[in-house]
Amino acid sequence: MTFSPGLEARFADLLTHYPEGRHRGALIPMLMYAQDEVGAVTPDLMAELAARLGISVLQVDEVVGYYSMLHKKPQGKYHVQICTNVACMLLGGAELYEQACTRLGVGHKQTQASGRFSLEEVECIGACSWAPAIQVNYDFHHDVTPAKLDEILEGLQ
Amino acid sequence: MVKLTINEIAVEAPPGMLLIDAAKLAGIEIPAFCYYEGMALQAACRMCLVEIEKAPKLMAACVVPVAEGMVVRTEAPAVVKARKTTLEFLLTNHPLDCPVCDKGGECELQDMVFKYGVGESRYTEEKVHVPEKQWSPVVFYDGPRCILCYRCVRVCGEGMGVGALGVVNRGINSEIAPSHGDHLECDECGACIDICPVGALTSGAYRYKTRPWEMEHTGTICTHCSNGCKTTLGVRTNEIVRGNNRDRSGINGEFLCVKGRYAFDFNHHTERLQTPLMRVNGKLEEVSWSRALQAVVEKFKAGGKAGVIGSTRISNEEAYLLQKFARTTLHTNNIDHHRSGDVVTLLDSLSGKSATLGTADDCYNAKAVLIIGADLSQQQPFLANQIRANYRHHNAAVYVATTGVVREDKIAKSSVRNTETDWLTGLHSMREKLATEPELLVLFGDAVKGEGVRNLVAFTESLGIPVKYICLVDYANSRGAMDMGLLPDLGPGYHAAEGTPGLTLPEMMAATDMDLLWVVGANPLKRHKFASEKAFVVVHDMFLTETAQRADVVLPAASAYEKNGTVTNVCGQVQRLKKAVETVGSKTDLTIIGLIARAMGVNLGKVDADAVFAEIQKTVRGYNVPLPVIVTGGAAQTMPVNGRVPSTVLPELIQSSRDTLFTTGSLTKYSKILNDVMEAPGGLYR
Repeated sequence: MTFSPGLEARFADLLTHYPEGRHRGALIPMLMYAQDEVGAVTPDLMAELAARLGISVLQVDEVVGYYSMLHKKPQGKYHVQICTNVACMLLGGAELYEQACTRLGVGHKQTQASGRFSLEEVECIGACSWAPAIQVNYDFHHDVTPAKLDEILEGLQ
Repeated sequence: MVKLTINEIAVEAPPGMLLIDAAKLAGIEIPAFCYYEGMALQAACRMCLVEIEKAPKLMAACVVPVAEGMVVRTEAPAVVKARKTTLEFLLTNHPLDCPVCDKGGECELQDMVFKYGVGESRYTEEKVHVPEKQWSPVVFYDGPRCILCYRCVRVCGEGMGVGALGVVNRGINSEIAPSHGDHLECDECGACIDICPVGALTSGAYRYKTRPWEMEHTGTICTHCSNGCKTTLGVRTNEIVRGNNRDRSGINGEFLCVKGRYAFDFNHHTERLQTPLMRVNGKLEEVSWSRALQAVVEKFKAGGKAGVIGSTRISNEEAYLLQKFARTTLHTNNIDHHRSGDVVTLLDSLSGKSATLGTADDCYNAKAVLIIGADLSQQQPFLANQIRANYRHHNAAVYVATTGVVREDKIAKSSVRNTETDWLTGLHSMREKLATEPELLVLFGDAVKGEGVRNLVAFTESLGIPVKYICLVDYANSRGAMDMGLLPDLGPGYHAAEGTPGLTLPEMMAATDMDLLWVVGANPLKRHKFASEKAFVVVHDMFLTETAQRADVVLPAASAYEKNGTVTNVCGQVQRLKKAVETVGSKTDLTIIGLIARAMGVNLGKVDADAVFAEIQKTVRGYNVPLPVIVTGGAAQTMPVNGRVPSTVLPELIQSSRDTLFTTGSLTKYSKILNDVMEAPGGLYR
């Protein structure tokens, strides 16, 4: 499997951050960067990273299955993650999630047929002070209201 | 020593010892699921929480080392409550299907709930159910029963060096996963099933066959390879249904490979011979024992050129009696067996040297190990396991000189590839490193024989460090067959046989003038063509092998699991075979030899295993071992011969069958399990 020169350079740099014999520690960032480029954590990608780090594919699978930000199937161009954990729920997170379901026409961990939006109900994303919070790809949106949610999604069309 | 107090009892423990082990020293049990002696620490199950004075909260005793002045309470109210809560938590999703679970009755979770648990659960949600999965012919996984202790993951990865199991997903969806999506590609050793504290991993061979308490258990020695693992056979209604070694008796602790754990199934194969066969009008017909024995005795009395071929799986007593009978009654030295390692030359070349023979314990304790010309994980699985554990626990230096990639490469300090004949060049390239080791254990396969053994001994002697050797051989009593003198030139204990040396196995096969051939438990016609058409052939076997098909009389023999006696493993350790079952109609080779002798009017002394072993102890060099060690199920090291061995046999005759994990010579055909597993053995390393 081949990656873009930019990503290869990033991998090369990453590995210098780990002591000899402990390169497997680079697995999580490598998976995240590669996922952005490839679109999903495919079986090929897992096998490639396993070979590069000298671990088994099963060991990669263990990590991929554990972290919710790693996806085996391609997400939408915009991956909308709405927190419904306690702080967000108390301030309207659950309603925001319902609203997003209706508006986008998809449910939890589903992707629009067009591939534009995917939706996920997530646990705490560490933004309780600004609840309710949502995350679209790597961008956070704080103190979200129903109107603001519409505005955000509108802006991404 | 560190002084601490556990439950008001003063305890002394070595520095670095874990609290859970220190408590054990003092006779205090701290319950745990995930903690497992010899494996990496996990601290996953929370069952071993204890109260430590001045610690802000309960601590996991499986990861806290002892400290001076520590005050620990294992039965404090907070600890008791925590344990109950942990068990209640583990049971939130664990199905209470104990009445139909293989593990019911010997389940650690059951035992813990019985001892520490509460009868009621506050959990009222629906349990998450996922269907059971089959990962291989022998491994089944029932996800909901799993308590995620990671024991299986560790025993497969660290213990076996395979790493075929992992834990995928998170939280309630966590489950054990096999290496290849929906199936396993592994050693199929079943260690994961054995070590599972609950009924999550179950065995294809054993599942739903019996409740554990309905079995009778007999600890005996595995009849397959030469390592001499104790396998405790679970028997129900005269059928072996399980092989394991949970009680850690024997040199192997709880280790067993696929053969010791599952390949007892040949014993109940439908093709087992249960009545003597005799050639009548050119065809083998079933006859009575008396008629068959009469025919044998007539031919034995008639004399002529006789040959005797013994087995590498019969007991020491049988091998000893066979050669004694052949030498004293048939008056021949034409005695041999299939040889797989050059023990004879090794013993001879160690004459007058300080080097000695290594044991299974040495594989675990030696500071450095050198493996020459053997794919150890395939051919000698227990010794390989000892070496892996030695590397893991003692950081042993492992050196490998083999023709191809082997599993030991992964833990090797240095690995060289060599040709089948020139392994010495590779050794020389590792010479400097080897010379810096404080001691060395050398294991060598059949590539090293004859002059090669002498060269090897000269090489290791020149390193100037203490050296021990293990000459690898193939089967359960390959070593015993040699020690007992199933050799044309050497009698018991490697003394020169009286008279002129007899014919070797290939010579007997090639001779056109043999009058009589007596084959006890061996199958020489699988490899050789038997030239003498006039010869009367008598065969003892469990099955109608290639050799038995040529026989004039076939006597149905008992398997190793159906007899008492002793066998000697690859390291020269003598252990006891104990009868676990019987097959109607078959007799042990010892009994058969005794019956033939009686019918011929020959006095062989008392023909029972104990009496013959007593004679072996007195007469076979090296076998004067303490009887209590053997009788109590231990392994007694036979003392190595120190003196010249007057052998005349060419080393070219030595040829290992190079069995893999999934083959076991002629028996392979009769083990369903070994034929069901699909892995290509060599593929297991990648």
